[in-house]
Amino acid sequence: MKRLLQIEFIKLWNNRASRVLTIAYFILLTFIALFATIKFDIGDVHFQLADQGIFNFPYIWHFNTYIAAFFKLFLAIVIVSMMSNEYSNKTIKQNLIDGLSKKEFILSKFLTVVVFSIISTIFIFVVSLILGMIYSDYTELSIIFSDLEYFLAFFVKLLGFFSFCLFLGIFVKRSAFALGFLILWQVFEGIFYGLAHWQLDSNIANGISRFLPLEAMSNLIKEPFSRLGAVQSVASQVGESITKDYSVHWYEILIVLVWTFIFIYLSFALLKKRDL
Amino acid sequence: MENILTVNNLTKKFDLLTAVNDVSFNIKKGNVYGILGPNGSGKSTTLGIVLNVVNKSAGDFFWFDGNTSTHQALKKVGAIIERPNFYPYMTAEQNLKLVCKIKEVPNDKIHEKLELVGLLDRKDSKFKTYSLGMKQRLAIASALLNDPEILILDEPTNGLDPQGIHQIREIIKKIASMGTTILLASHLLDEVEKVCSHVIILRKGHMLYSGRVDEMIASHGFFELKADNEKELMAVLEKNPAFGSLKIENGLITAFLNEPMDATTFNKFMFEKGIVLSHLVKRKESLEEQFLTITKNQAN
Repeated sequence: MKRLLQIEFIKLWNNRASRVLTIAYFILLTFIALFATIKFDIGDVHFQLADQGIFNFPYIWHFNTYIAAFFKLFLAIVIVSMMSNEYSNKTIKQNLIDGLSKKEFILSKFLTVVVFSIISTIFIFVVSLILGMIYSDYTELSIIFSDLEYFLAFFVKLLGFFSFCLFLGIFVKRSAFALGFLILWQVFEGIFYGLAHWQLDSNIANGISRFLPLEAMSNLIKEPFSRLGAVQSVASQVGESITKDYSVHWYEILIVLVWTFIFIYLSFALLKKRDL
Repeated sequence: MENILTVNNLTKKFDLLTAVNDVSFNIKKGNVYGILGPNGSGKSTTLGIVLNVVNKSAGDFFWFDGNTSTHQALKKVGAIIERPNFYPYMTAEQNLKLVCKIKEVPNDKIHEKLELVGLLDRKDSKFKTYSLGMKQRLAIASALLNDPEILILDEPTNGLDPQGIHQIREIIKKIASMGTTILLASHLLDEVEKVCSHVIILRKGHMLYSGRVDEMIASHGFFELKADNEKELMAVLEKNPAFGSLKIENGLITAFLNEPMDATTFNKFMFEKGIVLSHLVKRKESLEEQFLTITKNQAN
């Protein structure tokens, strides 16, 4: 396993584009801290986002994992190209001839994806912890270490998404087209949802579309904004009360894990079947 | 002798085309083999199958004694196919380090092999800056990193300039002289003739011949002769049953033998008949002539 990761590390780290994008990704993750500095001064109204409780434990876990997940697109580019470049450089052929099995080849890519997801999760945990320690109103241990399931959801979300990218890379063989396909797929899921909503009813539409891969991934961590104290109070002033389930459900995690398995298995089956 | 590769009834079909049709051969340690055939005869497909990059349709093959999986066996094989494939953004040395990792061999042979192919001074240049000849030499260095049991070369001189071709041939000869088993696929007959002891001939996916180069066709060779009295010489030759067909080209008589005869016996025989030769050479058919004979015989 260590050997497979080392092989992938040599390939990635010596590629300048991949290196720059990976570093940029982690720098961007730390920029979540910049939310703390958002301030408005309108006449007598002083508004600082950090004071609105977005950095309160345990809400910060939810908020930061939700925001950080947007940056996964940077790593997605790295992952799609690390797969499709093997085709365009024909190095996949050479790797196999040199004695890497097809299984090892897929495994080395998958392990890299796992490592990327783990590091991202740890990284966002540390950044959030530091931010929370500075700005949170509550710093009791029991509060800090509650709602940690958002990190499990974050990890699974990245893992599923990157596995999808891996599959697209091997399926389409060209990085630009693979990323295009990813966007196309997102549009397809949207159209599917819209059609189901229109032709059937919203319950069935929701029921089916939560099994679609990208929808399933985005369902893992729900939007955290309507949970903010300020938003809640505005809502109650206009006579609405927002009751929404923000928690992470085991079956949502299961759906994404099943997709992850399907994507990796399909990648392997595709590679096995193809003549290079 | 120790078995390196055994191929039994291998077949590969691409939709309508049968690229490799029922090919069987056996590769033993210490010999230099050539796979010979025109473009599109199935050479590269055959090699692709045994190298784990093309799926076979039927038949089977195994490496060594048959107890190791193909990808484990390939760690003891060095192979370069068609074009050299490396990571363009990495230097020669970085690329070779990666190959060492894949083959699970230590890095300490990298400099030695780069030296062998004359690329040591360019080891820190990126692969994409290399000329085709240099790329091909790097591929050879890479294939030798594990001191392989067998070196497989598919059209190693394709697309190279004369100097590049010469360099690659010198390297192959050097490697062959060190006792490494070599399997060389080529459509260039003289290339195979110069280095190979055994040959496998393919045409349109069919195997036409597999065996020693010098046993390819039953032939006792021929004499090339010149004499002042050409007519008398022809008359003597025609009467002797040891000779088959005769031909005259630019005053040079070529007499094909029906039975073995050495040049000394022949010369004595001529002398007895009172014919003095001004030119006498005994030759065997070149690989090219043998190849054409074999492919012609099987043309229908």
